Amino acid sequence: MRTPLRPLSRRGLLTGTLGSAALLAAGGSLAGCGTKGAQQTEAGCVSEDLSGTEKKLAFSNWPQYMDVDEKDESKRPSLDEFITKTGIQVTYTEDINDNNEFFGKVQNQLAACQSTDRDIIVLTDWMAARMIRLGWIQKLDAAKIPNVQANLLPSLLNRSFDTENRISIPWQSGLAGLAFNGSVTKELRTVDELLTRPDLKGKVTALSEMRDTMGLLLGSNGHDPSNFTAAQFDDALNKLKKAVDSGQIRKFTGNDYAPDLAKGDIAACIGWSGDVIQLSSENEKVQFVAPDSGAMLYSDNMMVPNKATHKGNAEALINYYYEPAVAAKLAAYVNYICPVKGAQAEMEKIDPDLAANPLIFPDDALLAKSKVFMALDEKQEKEYEGKFQQVIGA
Amino acid sequence: MTLLAPSKPGQLPSPPRAARSGRHRLLPYLLLLPGAVWLLVFFGVPLLQLAAASLYDPSGSLSTGYAMTWAFGNYPDVVQAYWPQLLRSFGYAGLALVLALLLGYPLAYAIAQKAGRWKNLLLVCVVAPMFTSFLVRTLAWKTILSDNGALVGLLRDVHLLAPDGRLLATPFAVVLGLTYNFLPFLVLPLYASLERLDPRLLEAASDLYASGVQAFRRVTLPLSMPGLVAGTLLFFIPASGDYINAELLGTPNEYMIGNVIDSAFLVRLDYPQGAALSFLLMAAILAVVFGYLRRAGTEEVL
Repeated sequence: MRTPLRPLSRRGLLTGTLGSAALLAAGGSLAGCGTKGAQQTEAGCVSEDLSGTEKKLAFSNWPQYMDVDEKDESKRPSLDEFITKTGIQVTYTEDINDNNEFFGKVQNQLAACQSTDRDIIVLTDWMAARMIRLGWIQKLDAAKIPNVQANLLPSLLNRSFDTENRISIPWQSGLAGLAFNGSVTKELRTVDELLTRPDLKGKVTALSEMRDTMGLLLGSNGHDPSNFTAAQFDDALNKLKKAVDSGQIRKFTGNDYAPDLAKGDIAACIGWSGDVIQLSSENEKVQFVAPDSGAMLYSDNMMVPNKATHKGNAEALINYYYEPAVAAKLAAYVNYICPVKGAQAEMEKIDPDLAANPLIFPDDALLAKSKVFMALDEKQEKEYEGKFQQVIGA
Repeated sequence: MTLLAPSKPGQLPSPPRAARSGRHRLLPYLLLLPGAVWLLVFFGVPLLQLAAASLYDPSGSLSTGYAMTWAFGNYPDVVQAYWPQLLRSFGYAGLALVLALLLGYPLAYAIAQKAGRWKNLLLVCVVAPMFTSFLVRTLAWKTILSDNGALVGLLRDVHLLAPDGRLLATPFAVVLGLTYNFLPFLVLPLYASLERLDPRLLEAASDLYASGVQAFRRVTLPLSMPGLVAGTLLFFIPASGDYINAELLGTPNEYMIGNVIDSAFLVRLDYPQGAALSFLLMAAILAVVFGYLRRAGTEEVL
């Protein structure tokens, strides 16, 4: 207070100075903001492979997606066999619960070309496609995964986002279709019935996964989900909107529809074959229906992200799981569609009933009417997802 | 600042003033430092980042990145697209608040004034549900309200609910979930201020011929005001931003603004929109809070 000029209190001066400094700093740093693109290129983000010296592998997967010993749930027979055979120590983590959530978890590292500390991640088709598009995934060496080239199901070969079958390798596949609980409603055959039958009003759910729900609706309109136009998409979306507005559809769900369907709070829904088979084994009145207008075929795919340092070990593991005998062992536990040719013959030895189940080993007729959703570019994805989210209310 | 009146006779000689007052002046700031750094790093910087993101060019994308274009147009855009959810959030939170007050005030009063030796036990009962996860508690409501559950069956039998009526997946369930989940935040501060209420004041009021209602209105209520204001704020702020209750107990028609923000960040990857909505929610809540505080006139809370 050396200056005599003092009607301004010290507090006022301090607040004023600090306030304007904060505002200036805020404005300045805002202007400097903006984000760099997350796009990576093969040349720009090179990953080292230490598999030669490090016998290690970090494998991130979804819960209940690996066979466990009936007596001791901490033992995973097929994985343990791989470890004994190769000496590669596998750290198996069940930390993927949702494609979007997992994307949020790793996007900062991958966008900056940093390691995620994971050598194999398992993600669904559309998310795999997005990550591949962003250049975040390493290409595998085709020579090191001969089983994949030999045994991958023909309908899963050369998918639009991985035409050489060496970036994303299906772990398990499944169908999205209709399901109903026979103890609370009568049989259901078509998507239109689901969306309009009066006795189901308020007792129907659909999947919040756009590709599955919209794929089925596109099919029910007679359009091809693997090749459609924007107008056809809008048509299908209007149909969905009508069902939402009329109160026919109660909500949109992830995996969480399963307990509600079992309890009968939901009479019928759009759901995934693997979940419904598991419910059927407890209550045979819960049934999965692949509508004649087409079911949606999806896969969860193994991928090696950038900067993962054990690509060689990952290739060994992928190759191992494409041996028909190993694939059968896994399929017997997880009940999804097995993407490995020849596993059905192996399954006969383990459990003939499962070998005959078309939802684990689909016949050609079922496969022929199952579609994979069209690959979308970034702009389309944002547009369609935005429109869809608007209809489902978020 | 170095010269002050010489010490009076008889007083102990004080240490040199300059050194002492200098240290004294710095000490509070030093004590504030860890908290301030924490606030700056985990609140200030993210807040700025969010503010920046809300002004990014909406035509940007993840792979190409977002440019800072001062796109204030993001705000009207999101209001136009999502005003129903925004209004719904405040509507539901307000409704839940009224319910919670009707339940919580008598409860807090009873615990503070009438519970005697059961006081601690009752307080534990209020807090106990917080020991389980928020999600688990909300999922439990899903079972309680289930279409084929006992509660709905009973209501149907006594014709309070149509034969095909339901509780789950209705606005009722969402408001109920909000009320239940945030009730302790209202009860605890209320309890704290009601506990300090001197019963002799009520006696005095009745000696002066105040009726029960009058005594409540003129004595109890004004004295519990700080707790009431703190409690309503602690209840209303998280309740209006909540999305779990709407997600689990509601349908798309009950979705609140939190659900939209969640989907903007995680599903649609529309960061400018998500950030603009977050900011809007914050601004709206601040406006409500300041308006409320001005009316309630309790400055002690802030």
